Formats: sequence, C-alpha cells, structure tokens
Amino acid sequence: MSTEVKDAAAEAPVKEPAEPLFSKKNKLLLTDPLDDSNPITVQVLGICSALAITVQVKQAVVMSLSVLAVMIGGNLIVSLIRNVIPSRIRIIVQLVVVASLVILVDQVLKAYVYDVSKALSVFVGLIITNCIIMGRLEAFALANKPWPSILDAIGNAMGYGWILIAVAVVREAFGSGSIMGYKFIPEGWLISNGGAYAHNNLMILPPMALIVVGIIIWIQRARNTKLIEEH
Amino acid sequence: MKALRNVFDKIRPNFEEGGKFENYYKAFEAIETFAFVPGHVTHDGTHVKDAIDLKRTMFLVVIATIPALLFGMWNTGHQHFLALGQFTDLGAGFMDKFLFGAMKVLPIVIVSYAVGLGIEFGIAVAKKHSVNEGYLVSGMLIPLIMPVEVPLWMVGVATAFAVVIGKEVFGGTGMNILNPALTARAFLFFAYPTKMSGNMVWVSTEGQATVDGYTGETLLAQSINSSTDYIDQAGVAYGSVSDTLFAAFMGWVPGSIGETSSLAILLGAALLLATGIGSWRIMLSFFLGGLSMSYIFNLWGANPFMNVDPWLQLAMGGFMFGMVFMATDPVSAAQTNTGKWIYGFLAGFLGIMIRVFNPAYPEGIMMGILFMNVMAPLIDHYVVEANIKRRLKRTAVVA
Repeated sequence: MSTEVKDAAAEAPVKEPAEPLFSKKNKLLLTDPLDDSNPITVQVLGICSALAITVQVKQAVVMSLSVLAVMIGGNLIVSLIRNVIPSRIRIIVQLVVVASLVILVDQVLKAYVYDVSKALSVFVGLIITNCIIMGRLEAFALANKPWPSILDAIGNAMGYGWILIAVAVVREAFGSGSIMGYKFIPEGWLISNGGAYAHNNLMILPPMALIVVGIIIWIQRARNTKLIEEH
Repeated sequence: MKALRNVFDKIRPNFEEGGKFENYYKAFEAIETFAFVPGHVTHDGTHVKDAIDLKRTMFLVVIATIPALLFGMWNTGHQHFLALGQFTDLGAGFMDKFLFGAMKVLPIVIVSYAVGLGIEFGIAVAKKHSVNEGYLVSGMLIPLIMPVEVPLWMVGVATAFAVVIGKEVFGGTGMNILNPALTARAFLFFAYPTKMSGNMVWVSTEGQATVDGYTGETLLAQSINSSTDYIDQAGVAYGSVSDTLFAAFMGWVPGSIGETSSLAILLGAALLLATGIGSWRIMLSFFLGGLSMSYIFNLWGANPFMNVDPWLQLAMGGFMFGMVFMATDPVSAAQTNTGKWIYGFLAGFLGIMIRVFNPAYPEGIMMGILFMNVMAPLIDHYVVEANIKRRLKRTAVVA
C-alpha cells in the first residue's frame, strides 16, 4: 500500500498537466459502466435493491439519484483521504463515510419527497450495504485521484440507475398500467370494468424483477458478444 | 400424398442454398419432415437405430392426452348445462354438451399452438437450427390445464412466456429446467389470479341465469371451505364420500379443462406406460407420495381439509394429471432411476402438502412439480455420486 502511494506521489507532477479533464481514459470511466462493465448486468452487484424498489419508476428514479449522490460523495471523500487511511481499518472508514452520506440523503428525501421516502422505507438505509458503492471505494477511489474517482462514481451510478429505471418502466407499465404514476391504460379496458385487459400481478412480485434483469442481460450479451464467457 | 410430395419437391429449390428463401430453410424442413419421413441418414460412425424418434415420442404423448381432451370438451358442456339446469342427466344432450365444450376448448388449443409454434419457428429460423417437436406436447398440455373461462389473450401471453423464458432462454427443447406447460400455468396463476382461481372461471355460464344453489366451486374449493357434503353445479349433494369419489374419478366435476377425469387420464397413462414413454417409476412414486401425505394429514386431522378421504384427495384437482403428464416430462424430471423414485415421491408429497397447508394455492400439485423440477439435477447429482462411491468401494481401487 505504502509503496503504491509513494509511486503515485512520485508520478503525479509528471503526469498531471499532460492529462486533459476528459481524456480518453477518463471518458471510459464514465461510459464503461453503462455497458461493458455494468454493475448490475455484468458484475451482478446491487441486485437486492434492483429487485426491491423497481415496482414504480418514481421510486427507481429517486433511488438512482440517491445512489448517485452517495457514490459521488463517497468516492470523492475516500479518494481525498486515501493517503491517510491506514489500510487495516480502511473498510470501517469507508463505512463511516458512506453511512454519514446515506443519513444526509435520507434526511433530504424525508424533507422533500416524503411519500417516496416512505415507500422506499428501509432501502434508503440499505444503500450503505450496496455492494456497488463499497466495491467502487475499494477498487477505485482508494487508488485514484479525486477527479477520476468522481467520474467513476458518476459512471457506475448511471450504469446502476439506467438498469433500475429500465426494469421499473417494464414492471410499472405491465404491472400497474402506468409510468411515473401516469396511467396510460384507460380504466374502461380493465376486466373489472367490463373490458378485456388485466394488469399483470406477477410484474409486481420480486421474481419478475429478476426475470426482467435476466432479459436485459440476454439482450446485452446478444449485442455485445465479448461479454460471453469461454466455456 | 403424391400430390403433396410433388408440392414439396417443387418448392424445395427456393429454400435451398442460393434460393429465394434460403433463410427459411429450417421452417420448410420442419413442415416437410412433419408430413414425410425425412430422407437424410447418418453417414459414418456407429449409431443406435431406434424406430421411435423424438417426433414419434411426442406424438404418442399427444395421442395419450386425447381421452382427457375429449372428455374435457364434454365436461365443459356438461357443467355449463348443469349450472343452467338443463340436461341434468349425465346421458342427456350428449351432442349439445360436446359441441358447446368444443366451441369453448378448441380456440384455447388453437391459440396455444399458434403462439407457441410461431415463436419456435421464429427462433429456429433466426438461430438456424431445426424446429424441435417438443412444443407439440406442451401446446396440447397448456389448454388442458386452463380453466375454461380464461381469456384467449392470456393463454397467448402465458404460452409466449413459457416458450421464451421457460425454454428458449435455456437453449430450447431438451435444455429446459422447468416443465413449459406448468410454467405457463404458474405464470397465469400469479399474473392474473382472478382468472385462474376462484368461483368464476371453472364453469362457463355465459352470463345466463343459473339454478338455485349454483356455486361454481370445484371440489377442491369446497374442501378448502371446510364443507364435507360436496355438491355439484346444480346444488345437489353427491351424498356419501364414495359417491363423491366416484364423480371425481369419472370426472363430471368442475375443474381445469383436461384434469377432471382420472379415468380419461389413466387411459392416457396406459398408453404412455405400454409404449415405455412415461416413466412408471415416477408415476408410481408420485402416487405413493401423494397417498402417504394424505394419510399423514388424516392422522393429524387438525382441520376438515386434512380429514378429506385420501383417495378423494388424489382424485381431486390436478393430482392425476400432474402425475401422468407433468411429472413424467423426460426433460425436467430426474434422469437416474433412483432419482426418479425420489423425485416422484417428493413431488406428490409436496404437492398435497402445499395444497392443504396453503389454501391460497389450491393447485399445490403445480408448485410441487415445479419445485421438484428445480431440484431434479441436484437429486441426480447425488445419485450419481453415490453410485461412483459404491463402485469404487467394490473394486477397491487404491487412489
């Protein structure tokens, strides 16, 4: 650990001025997690929250934004203090940072979007244990400078968020016939009102989130063949 | 026949390499081999020759379901007229009942085959592999386990789900973990519970006035509601337990289209067993599993449902149908002989257990079989491991 830090410090003055803010490498930090190393569909992290809060798009959006905020904050802070964290207790330090940020986010949600905050209930608190956040802190922020860490956080949070919202759109559209609470299926079409249509209750149940994520993975691998493992 | 052969020969060049529709060769091939024995043979290497290929196997299963299907058509009509108070005698109005039922059942069969085969053909053409015959059976089983009043579009959606998510995702026929027909039913059961359970779906009354005492309940629902005097759709009590058992065995009771008559199902079972297509090990152990669980519940006797006569318990609902046509699915069942005993026994055992313990899932048999489908590879694994261990011990191989 200590040698790494020394190396980084030694290299820093040489490299820094040469690298533009959005170099190719930095751009990759933003775009890679959207597809090739997506935290949900490729690394299969953060699945629990993807199952729990994708019944409605609104919840998924709020959840994605919360994770985005926590990740940017967490990655930035850990990256800033990466040289002073003793490696033996680094996990607990990361936890403290993330937990404080989650409490902040929770308070903000309670203040401004109380109903969504209530619907998300315990899952806001559980952002602390979101594997993606801890994973990025461990794998990236501890070894990189603040600016790339922020980009990495944004990239991964977006990668997480778009899957979450995609799953939520499918589940809300077929499960409740609405998107963001806007009902696009006329009430008169429902069987209970004499029509022929019925909402798909399976979509509301957690297993369907898993199946929808599975379908997204299927499509992604069909498009992006380098993700398919050799057998 | 000759004319049909000529038609195939005439259009064949269009589908072969360089032809106009070469991308659709697999679809052409599927239709051609459906009509005629294919001409291509294996060229080299040793191979076992057996007259019964996948296509014939599947077709025999379809034939085995025909008694249940025909009986289901008559019974659909019978329940309908019983609820309206017409032709209340079993023998009366045979053709009326049969035709009414056929009008109700055939559309479901057609939708199931059209959607399922459409998807199979599409995927086969896209992935350039031969169309498999596996769906011929699933396409027949799906209508048989539907309530008669299920909307057709739901059958289509469930079929699409079963074929794509239940089968094609895993690699098509022969690779599926779950029984596709049961996947379709489980999908509908959880997705549209109001159309798959309750009192409104088993008998088609078409909105006409029903007789006094009509409930629309199946025997299973009556058991769950703790009634001990079973009544038929006209509100007339069957009388003794043995009379109820007789009615349930013969099948003139409400229920899913093809599962009511144990007799018709057993006719199909006889064909499956005689040709060796259905595993007698699974059927027997499934039966024993269900029977022993029913007896255990009898001994326990905590509520009226537990006290239901064990034989009646097996004759009600989808137990017999699950035993003969669902659990024996050669793909999703256990493959080893010992494994089949374990698999069948537990499927029947759990089926009855779920049915009695959780009245919200009246069709526990479906859950029991699906659960054991998932467990089958695990059972096989340990059976094979045990066999290896035993044989190693016998030969005393020194490692």
